[in-house]
Amino acid sequence: MARIGVVTFPGTLDDRDAARAVRLAGGEAVNLFHADADLQGVDGVVLPGGFSYGDYLRAGAISRFSPIMEKVVDAAKGGMPVLGICNGFQVLTEVHLLPGSMIKNEHLHFICRDQVLRVENVDTAWSADYEAGQEITIPLKNQDGQYVADEHTLDALEAEGRVAFRYVGWNPNGSRRDIAGITNERGNVVGLMPHPEHAVEPGFGPDSKEIGRRGTDGLGFFTSAIAGLVATT
Amino acid sequence: MPTIVVHVMPKPEILDPQGKAVGAALPRLGFEGFAGVRQGKRFELTVDGEVTDELLAQAREAAETLLSNPVIEDVVAVEVAGAEVAG
Repeated sequence: MARIGVVTFPGTLDDRDAARAVRLAGGEAVNLFHADADLQGVDGVVLPGGFSYGDYLRAGAISRFSPIMEKVVDAAKGGMPVLGICNGFQVLTEVHLLPGSMIKNEHLHFICRDQVLRVENVDTAWSADYEAGQEITIPLKNQDGQYVADEHTLDALEAEGRVAFRYVGWNPNGSRRDIAGITNERGNVVGLMPHPEHAVEPGFGPDSKEIGRRGTDGLGFFTSAIAGLVATT
Repeated sequence: MPTIVVHVMPKPEILDPQGKAVGAALPRLGFEGFAGVRQGKRFELTVDGEVTDELLAQAREAAETLLSNPVIEDVVAVEVAGAEVAG
């Protein structure tokens, strides 16, 4: 069974949800702790959302230097699937596994809503179970969610198909080019602001047009990674 | 206690939502003369003993690696408080 590690930093909020998503997708969730320089032999890693170190200094800036991140960076460079959600995405940019950065939402408000995304790249470790162009609805909740990068970086991301997820219908935070999530060149590292782990179980997910709280569009992130790992081992 | 001060500002080309909000609040209090506000950060690194060149170099490195994110911020000055040394 694919073993996916979920890292808990001080101030992480969504580690339990991420671990549950891994289990619902058919994997084994392994709790990893920020202070341990040990990945416990996992096959993939999720950096979950929250406010690690209280967002002090900048979101993700201090977590980046935790002992576990040194191991995560090494593993990611070796091809291990790594998913950063929300604060986890911010950590991935601070540690330079992904380009760009997040600043405060353009409108300065914390937002929490169901958000429609378009899956732009289905060749990543975390999106292979979707269809190209598929629109999915998963929750979005953040204050520092405005993705920024210089024009050169943005052009390169577009040219290389590394914009993995884009906001549809409404840009909720002023992100450049409606970018919700990106991937590295190899496709094993993915970061996004919205929360797929909150849309994996009927009864607790986003509302759909037909019925309330039934949405499970986020499950594909986890099944993608787990299927990929099973296929390669 | 000797102090090294590091000033960090959002890059000019990056929209500064906090500064914008502060700027919008000024006229509401009757401060009409300001065309814009940008909000940065000031760090005070205190030193036991003297501020050596080595400590200043360390402060500059810390400013570039931890205290600022070069994607969105510039280190605009690293200086010893009360001295005329500037970074």
